[in-house]
Amino acid sequence: MDFQVVVLAGGNSKSLTPLVSKDVPKPLLPVANHPVLYYVLHQLEESNLKDLIVVVEGEDAGLLVGAWISGTFVDRLHVEIAAVPEDIGTAGALRAISHYLTAKDILIVSGDLVSDVSLGAVAATHRRHDAVVTATLCCVPICGSSESGSSGGKDKTKKPGRYNIIGLDPRKQFLLHIATGAEIEKDTRLQEHLLHAVGQMEIRSDLMDAHMYAFKRSVLQEVLDRKDTFQSLKQDVVPYLVRSQLKSEAVLSGIPQAEEDGNEKVSFPNNQVMVSQILANASTPSFHELYSMDPDGSAQTRKTHKCCAYIASSSSYCVRLNSIQAFMDINRDVTGEADHLLSDTVIGPSPKLGTKTTVGPHCMLGEGSEMGDKCQVKRSVIGRHCRIGSHVKVVNSVVMNHVTIGDGCIIQGSVVCSNVQLQERVVLKDCQVGAGFVVTAGSEYKGESLARKEK
Amino acid sequence: MDPRRTARTVSDPKVRQVGFFTPAPPERSISDPPRFQDPIQPPSPSPTQVNDHSPSGNSLSPVMIPPAHHHSDNFLRTALQATSPPKAFSYSAKTVTIPPENEDVASSFSPGRKVVSAKSPSSFPGVKASSVPASELTTVSVVNLPPGISEKAGGASVEVQNDRPVSAKTLKEKTSKAERRALQEAQRAAKAAAKGTCCLCYSDSGVSVGYGYVPSMVYLVYFTFVLNNFVPVDHYVFLAEGTKASSAASMVVTSANTKPSKAAKPSSQKNDGSQVAASEKKGGDRAPEKDRKKDAPHPRMQYDDKSRVEKAKKRAVVKQTEARNRVELFRHLPQYEHGTQLPDLETKFFELNPMHPAVYKVGLQYLSGDIRGGNARCIAMFQAFKEAIKDYSTPPEKTLIRDLTARISSYVSFLIECRPLSISMGNAIKFLKNRIAKLPLALSESEAKSTLMLDIDRFINEKIILSEKVIVKHAVTKIRDGDVLLTYGASSVVEMILLHAHELGKHFRVVVVDSRPKLEGQLLLRRLVRKGLSCTYTHVNAVSCIMQDVTRVFLGASSVLSNGTVYSRVGTACVAMVAHAFRVPVLVCCEAYKFHERVQLDSICFNELGNPDAISKVQGREEINYLDGLVNQENLQLLNLIYDATPSDYVSMVITDYGMIPPTSVPVIVREYRRDHLWS
Repeated sequence: MDFQVVVLAGGNSKSLTPLVSKDVPKPLLPVANHPVLYYVLHQLEESNLKDLIVVVEGEDAGLLVGAWISGTFVDRLHVEIAAVPEDIGTAGALRAISHYLTAKDILIVSGDLVSDVSLGAVAATHRRHDAVVTATLCCVPICGSSESGSSGGKDKTKKPGRYNIIGLDPRKQFLLHIATGAEIEKDTRLQEHLLHAVGQMEIRSDLMDAHMYAFKRSVLQEVLDRKDTFQSLKQDVVPYLVRSQLKSEAVLSGIPQAEEDGNEKVSFPNNQVMVSQILANASTPSFHELYSMDPDGSAQTRKTHKCCAYIASSSSYCVRLNSIQAFMDINRDVTGEADHLLSDTVIGPSPKLGTKTTVGPHCMLGEGSEMGDKCQVKRSVIGRHCRIGSHVKVVNSVVMNHVTIGDGCIIQGSVVCSNVQLQERVVLKDCQVGAGFVVTAGSEYKGESLARKEK
Repeated sequence: MDPRRTARTVSDPKVRQVGFFTPAPPERSISDPPRFQDPIQPPSPSPTQVNDHSPSGNSLSPVMIPPAHHHSDNFLRTALQATSPPKAFSYSAKTVTIPPENEDVASSFSPGRKVVSAKSPSSFPGVKASSVPASELTTVSVVNLPPGISEKAGGASVEVQNDRPVSAKTLKEKTSKAERRALQEAQRAAKAAAKGTCCLCYSDSGVSVGYGYVPSMVYLVYFTFVLNNFVPVDHYVFLAEGTKASSAASMVVTSANTKPSKAAKPSSQKNDGSQVAASEKKGGDRAPEKDRKKDAPHPRMQYDDKSRVEKAKKRAVVKQTEARNRVELFRHLPQYEHGTQLPDLETKFFELNPMHPAVYKVGLQYLSGDIRGGNARCIAMFQAFKEAIKDYSTPPEKTLIRDLTARISSYVSFLIECRPLSISMGNAIKFLKNRIAKLPLALSESEAKSTLMLDIDRFINEKIILSEKVIVKHAVTKIRDGDVLLTYGASSVVEMILLHAHELGKHFRVVVVDSRPKLEGQLLLRRLVRKGLSCTYTHVNAVSCIMQDVTRVFLGASSVLSNGTVYSRVGTACVAMVAHAFRVPVLVCCEAYKFHERVQLDSICFNELGNPDAISKVQGREEINYLDGLVNQENLQLLNLIYDATPSDYVSMVITDYGMIPPTSVPVIVREYRRDHLWS
């Protein structure tokens, strides 16, 4: 279908420390015992997109991610890894691989997206409107506050302030305004001429940009070339395109038109005009076309381009892993309500459970984990080859691989990374324990982030 | 009007009395006394009436059908202003340049691209995964699928060690050699199965078809196979994986495939197949057989036939839920829950491998209503086909003619699922298939492709664009200063006529009559007003009031059938009837490629059903919700018809590219000219 897929996998994310470290870059952060990148790649594979470019920040991370992909998706996907320097932003990353992009349209997916939004639908919307950019919008996950129940109180305070302000046309097809959380101040400026052209704009703050974009390649490359300062797709490129959709700079709409004209034959020049006119008259003109017309004649004087929005239905799952809270939410959802995202079984093949140990619903136990007697596991994910002693209580938590938990520990709402050792009677509440950390016996922590000191 | 109706029922009780039909009227010249009791009724609606209105001494007699060659030359010279070759109506014209191959293709993924990692599909698949060291993009995982990006060389390199095990069979069985063999085995078995069923089906047609290798049979089998391939491909694979032993596999697949091949048969393939088989046997009269095949009536599913609908569903690309509450009279037409089709089709965007993106896009646009109008749909379809042909390459061991025909058929069936074809599109498809079938076998692939693309361009240019120009030229002679012209809906030809007349400096007024729910007239109105025409806009409800001022009615048509019936946007019949009652001449403008030899008496047996929500809700006004909650009631049936049929009685004249003719002369055009030009 002439689409090229770029997965922006990221590298070391600051917002996710101490979960993310040199050894575990963000794409490989396990979510329900699968690296988060797995979800995106799996989704792509499901939609029959098998040629991918995965962009990773940092060379070490690139090596790790490449090794993992080659091990997991061998013979299923045709993946190429590109490692780009860190801190050049998403736009910079695309700039770095720009000359590998050849297809007509580019689908850009963030590597930390856990969703079941149909990629095909986004692409189809993009194609149908012949848009320059199509952004996928999904409902802001309400689950963070409402369903997490016991640990809910805290989330509510964290959530607000991150909302996007998104303006849509009345038919919810076109993107008229987009402002991401960072730039929202007290006032938001809307463009008057845009409002004039559209007539009516719907402003919503309950939508989230899912970081899944379809771009027209020529335009994307053009913008990246011309605007050196653009750092991020979300904060610079997309808003720029949306802003300039009615006064598109000549190059932007000039290129696609030239391509189309190139296809047509010169033998009947007059007739081509008529053909295109018939086709144009056949469809209901969008405000772009109406605006581009002169009020008196039909000559197209103003260049426009279309920015579309694909709004995922509220039933589909779509969350980005960009904070620790999101990490917890995704872990819970993937094992719980959104378990269709995972293709394999929830409980691994051979966890060894002691007597009177109960594992509640929405739990996941990796293979080779052992648990002692009288343990309780509720709404938690436990990785592979963990050894858990007796009388341990794990609630609403994520325990990664190779973790040793001593007897009598209580872990609530926490993330315990790989190779951590919890000695006896440790009490953790809302903590994050970095990889390889050793928590001494009997200590109690609440709401802290524990990590080994960097050497 | 009443006496007429009673008279009709008496005269022929079998005629269904729906629509605007007078009973098969005696003779036009014999006046029917009860008919003219109504004082408004005109004494005799003869086509010459129109001619009386035009004092401009028009050289073309409206009734006369001009001789072919002489006239086409004339039209072209005058209408085209020498922009096109002089003998454009005949396909043997040699002045048209063959379009050069497009270079843009290089920027897209083309299947035949080199992959540096030295993996051709035929090499032993799935065993080694290569890393390409000297490239910035590092291939870490390779599938057998050919199109790769790895060919590009880069500067600085990041190497990822590929120390993964050599055999990776467990991940995807599909690619191992044994499996592929099993798949081939399965396909062969499927062919055998289809062949078997064919033998059964056609043995009674008098043609003895052996079980052995008959080329035509292979064609037939392939045809059905391709059509069936849409959905069940995975199915084959699965079956093949399940049973390794070839004999067992073939048995299973045979039984599994008998059904789909049967399911495909209610369509025209039954005809095609038997005829091709027969022609192969007879040898001599091959060409006429082929013609007949192309002329076979377009398959029309009767959607109240449950078993067939079930079967059709199995091979459908678009999953669509059928609407439940359908009007009894129209049960035989397809109607789907609106809104179920689009999302489903969209999610499959990347999964429909055989579908060309351009065709897919057009299908989406049909489905969402982004393209409408007979000409526009036809042009869009042909342009998509042109793209598809440009990217087409004949698979090994297949001939272009047969494979491409099958490919086009699959595209067409996809488009039908998106929206039923219009008659004009059906004609255009017939034309294209005919051109493909008539390709000389000696032609190379690129030559054949360019010939076809040229043919498509020609069709668009000559049958649509030129026709419109000629029609405009004719129709403008019927517009005089001070006229009040009425049009209904938004016809592209009528729009061109009005604009052209305006350019010529004629002073006239336009009444645009529109109707819910599409309100296409508003778009037309917008364009007319912008050009400075003085317009009146009204809805069809008011047509009887506004008709008093009107001096001419110009209507577009989706098709003109050979009994003179005009098949057009719903409401046209109503406008034409009112105009007839007011003795206003009704001029129908229709390109000759839209003519069809079918005879249709009412608008029931063949029509299209639109989205019922469109009439139950008023767009943009949520407060009008009187029907909320009623829509799913058992005893409420919503009917949103798209087309209706105007009987020829109400049509004074049909303006077409061969001149202005009375509707009774349509069959002449269909017979004489379509054969000569369209199917030659």
